[in-house]
Amino acid sequence: MTHPPYLSPAYRSTVLRAPSRAPVPFKADPDTIELTSPVFGHHEVGSLDCDLTRQHAGEPIGERISVSGRILDAAGRPVPNTLVEIWQANSAGRYAHQGDRHPAPLDPNFTGAGRCLTDDQGRYRFVTIKPGAYPWRNHANAWRPAHVHFSVFGTAFTERLVTQMYFPGDPLMPFDPILQSIPDAADRERLVSAFSMDLTEPEWSLGYSFDIVLGSTPLETP
Amino acid sequence: MMPTPSQTVGPFFGHALPYLHDWELVPEGHPEAITLAGRVFDGAGEPVPDALLELWLGHTGDGGALRRGDGLTSGFGRCATSPTGSYRFRTVRPAGPYLSVQVFARGLLRSLLTRVYLEDRPDPLLDDLDPARRSTLIATGSGDAYRFDVRLQGEGETVFLDF
Repeated sequence: MTHPPYLSPAYRSTVLRAPSRAPVPFKADPDTIELTSPVFGHHEVGSLDCDLTRQHAGEPIGERISVSGRILDAAGRPVPNTLVEIWQANSAGRYAHQGDRHPAPLDPNFTGAGRCLTDDQGRYRFVTIKPGAYPWRNHANAWRPAHVHFSVFGTAFTERLVTQMYFPGDPLMPFDPILQSIPDAADRERLVSAFSMDLTEPEWSLGYSFDIVLGSTPLETP
Repeated sequence: MMPTPSQTVGPFFGHALPYLHDWELVPEGHPEAITLAGRVFDGAGEPVPDALLELWLGHTGDGGALRRGDGLTSGFGRCATSPTGSYRFRTVRPAGPYLSVQVFARGLLRSLLTRVYLEDRPDPLLDDLDPARRSTLIATGSGDAYRFDVRLQGEGETVFLDF
C-alpha cells in the first residue's frame, strides 16, 4: 500500500477524522462518473500563475528555485493538459493564510500559490522560492520539513491526488509524522524531489525535479 | 509504475485552492439550479472547519472546469467549509442518479470519495451496502434544495469508496 493509512495516530489530527469503516469498492459500470475527470482549458490559467516570484510588485525574499516534472498515469503515460496547483510557506516558514500564527515574517511579495496546466508531454514547471520549515503543535518541538503542497487531476476523479513534495537532505524528514505516516521507506522517498544541476539556471535559480505518478482505479467486476 | 503517495491537504490551502465562484457551478437564477448544502463532522460530532469539498457531475460544462461568469456552467466545483463546518454548492441535477464528492481536510492523509444520491432508488452500489448505512449517501430535501452531511468517523459514518 503506497498511501498512508487514514489512521496514523502520531499525526494527531487523524485520530478523530480517519474513517473507521473500510471503503466500499466501485461496481464495474461504464457510467461511473468517477472514471471521468474535469477538463481544463489553457485559457483558464494565467501565463504568470506558474511563477510565484512575479505575482507582486517586488520579488519575494528567499532562494529562487524551479520545480518541474511530469504527471504520469499508472502505466507511465503522460497526462497532458491537466491542472497542477501548488501552495507553500514563504522562505521564513510562514503561510499567507490568516490561520497561520507562527511568529515569522510575512513577505508582502509572496502569496505562495500557483497553478499551471501540463503540456502535451505531461510536463509542468513552477518558479518559486524555497519554503522554510515551520513549527506546529502536533507534539513537543514539532517542525514540518520544508515542503510544497501539490494538487493534481488525472483522467479520472478517482486519480485525484493531493500530496507534498519535500527537499533532499532535509534533516526534519525522519521526525515528521505526516511524511512518516507512509509505511514504506521507498514510497516516502518518492515524495522527495531531486536536485538537478541540469535544471539549475546559471546566475538565476536552483532546479528541482519531481514526477508524480497517479493511481489506477480498483473496479469490482460482477 | 508505483503511484505517488498521498499527503494531507493541511490547514493552509485557503489562499490557494479556492477560486472565484468556485461553489457556483451554475449562475444565480439558472432555471434548473439546485443547492446542495450540509456540514462536515468528525468522530466526536464536532464540525470540521478546515475541509475542502469538490463536486463533480461527470461532465466539464461550457467553458472549462474552472471558468465562471457570462452565464457559463461547469460540472466541477469546490467549497471550503466555514468555521461551523458548513459548505454549499449551487449546481444542476446530474445526468445520472448521483453526484461525486471528494473530501479533503487537515488530518485526512488521503482524500475521501463519496456519492450524493438526490433520491433513494434501486442502484448497484446502494443495493449492496449494509442497509443501515444506505441513508448516509442519500441527500434529504426535494425540489431545489438538498442537504447532505459528511460524517468522517463513528456513528452515521458516511460510506466512502475505495479508489
